[in-house]
Amino acid sequence: MAGGLAGNPVERLGAKVLHGFQYAGGLSLLLADLSVGIAKTLRKPKPRDLVSLGEQIVRVGVRSIGIVALVQGFVGVILALQLTPTLEDYGQQAQIATIIGISGFRMLGPIFTAIVISGFAGASIAAELGTMVVAEEIEAMEAMALNPTRFLVLPRVLATFVCMLLLTTFADLMIAAGGWVTAHMALGADVYNRYWERMRDALVFKDYFTGLIQGGVFGVLIGLIACYEGLHVRGGAEGVGRATTMTVVYSIVAIVLAASVCTVIFYTFGF
Amino acid sequence: MANVKDNSTPVIQVRDLVKRFDGRAVLDGVNLEVFPGEMLVIMGGSGCGKSTLLRNLIGSMVPEEGVVEIFGQNTLVMDEPELDEIRKRFGILFQSGALFNSMTVGENVALPLKEHTDLDDETIDIMVKIKLEQVGLRQAEDLMPSEISGGMKKRAGLARAVALDPEILFYDEPSAGLDPVTSAEIDYLMMDLAKKLGVASVVVTHEMDSAFRIADRMIMLDKGKVLMAAKREEFETIRDGKPTGDDTKDLIRQFLRGDSEGPITRRRQAGGYEEDILHAAGAR
Repeated sequence: MAGGLAGNPVERLGAKVLHGFQYAGGLSLLLADLSVGIAKTLRKPKPRDLVSLGEQIVRVGVRSIGIVALVQGFVGVILALQLTPTLEDYGQQAQIATIIGISGFRMLGPIFTAIVISGFAGASIAAELGTMVVAEEIEAMEAMALNPTRFLVLPRVLATFVCMLLLTTFADLMIAAGGWVTAHMALGADVYNRYWERMRDALVFKDYFTGLIQGGVFGVLIGLIACYEGLHVRGGAEGVGRATTMTVVYSIVAIVLAASVCTVIFYTFGF
Repeated sequence: MANVKDNSTPVIQVRDLVKRFDGRAVLDGVNLEVFPGEMLVIMGGSGCGKSTLLRNLIGSMVPEEGVVEIFGQNTLVMDEPELDEIRKRFGILFQSGALFNSMTVGENVALPLKEHTDLDDETIDIMVKIKLEQVGLRQAEDLMPSEISGGMKKRAGLARAVALDPEILFYDEPSAGLDPVTSAEIDYLMMDLAKKLGVASVVVTHEMDSAFRIADRMIMLDKGKVLMAAKREEFETIRDGKPTGDDTKDLIRQFLRGDSEGPITRRRQAGGYEEDILHAAGAR
């Protein structure tokens, strides 16, 4: 067992690594299945497909706008307050806008949004699909010749992808705004006077674009993990609870790993 | 009771079916046939393999050995699209009804019609009303599954199962969780549908009152094997007769009568208990 305490440490580590590969394999198969589902849907789209996607976008994106604004606004506040003393030592406090802009757009916007969405929407998707498994709804769907990947996974993963793109952009602006409000209220005129001009001068399109790409990747990962966990629920209500917890845990691990991989790629190719 | 057409070609034929969990056979060489228009009841104690058998028949489980032929085609060698074409020709009523909780009762019934036919919305709407009328549930069309009773959920599940005019209907424990009156109502509804639609029905149950009410033919499963397959009257004879000294018949008799004494009890007391428990756990 991957999480068991029996056996020596090497065996336990080996089991965890094996579990990690099995999990990644499971996600890859789901992704492959999803690609087939997308192709089939595009070949023969039905109005219900769009309705279903719209419902999921409302659930994942629209309902999380408030919490994303709150979290990201405070990320901007914290960054401004934490960085100012150090920058003041060098007489560079006016550069706060530059640092908040670049770190927010490139990394903090997508990564914090993804963590919020994994807890807010990922867990809810896993619980919903897990409850459907327990209630035999998934089995009924298959028995009715309806493919759960196409009907359930596709709109949810597409929704987490689209919403992460939109929310990442929104989050970038909220971080910047949080920094500006802090500068305005606490850091003095020399910091906030040319705040937006400095940020605009420092940022280039690739800063926004690399953050956006990561947001999209995180969105797909959250959607896939939530659906995978939900569809693999075993053992009734207890299993549903476990699936929601593991969705958040695995999503955060996947987000950090993917962020690292993306950063290495961007660094290597000079983005 | 639906008419039995003994001489017809079977719509379902199962040969030497073996299904193992962790190396242990839960189905151990099962053979059975289902003929057009007949109501076949598969019965047996908890963990005897009857739900596993049903899942192998509908293609949601794949057996290790054996053949499952539906409409003369071996479903075990089919790919998903081929299997889906077969699935469109049968309907299933799950134990819980398995209605989609995010949809109204009417939308549940409409779903297979919307997905598998090119009918326009108005025609589908009329068909949904007809199907709900058939199961006595027209007034519940706009209700959500959470707003209706267990018996109504089964009726709604049945309306959805017959939406595409199937040739076979599968029932997984149709009486489970229902009071005796509602259970009897569902039984009569099943018989009524079988007669009106001329479908073959396969019912998995351990509710003996219900089984004897609806069955044309019965199959008794025990430890993954078919203990007896016969017409309902033969099972009635065993149930109503005296113990014969034949272990198999007496075991069936005890099960049918629900007696607390008999071969099943002796088997458990003789040390088979642990094995029975393991068997039951494995079948889940």
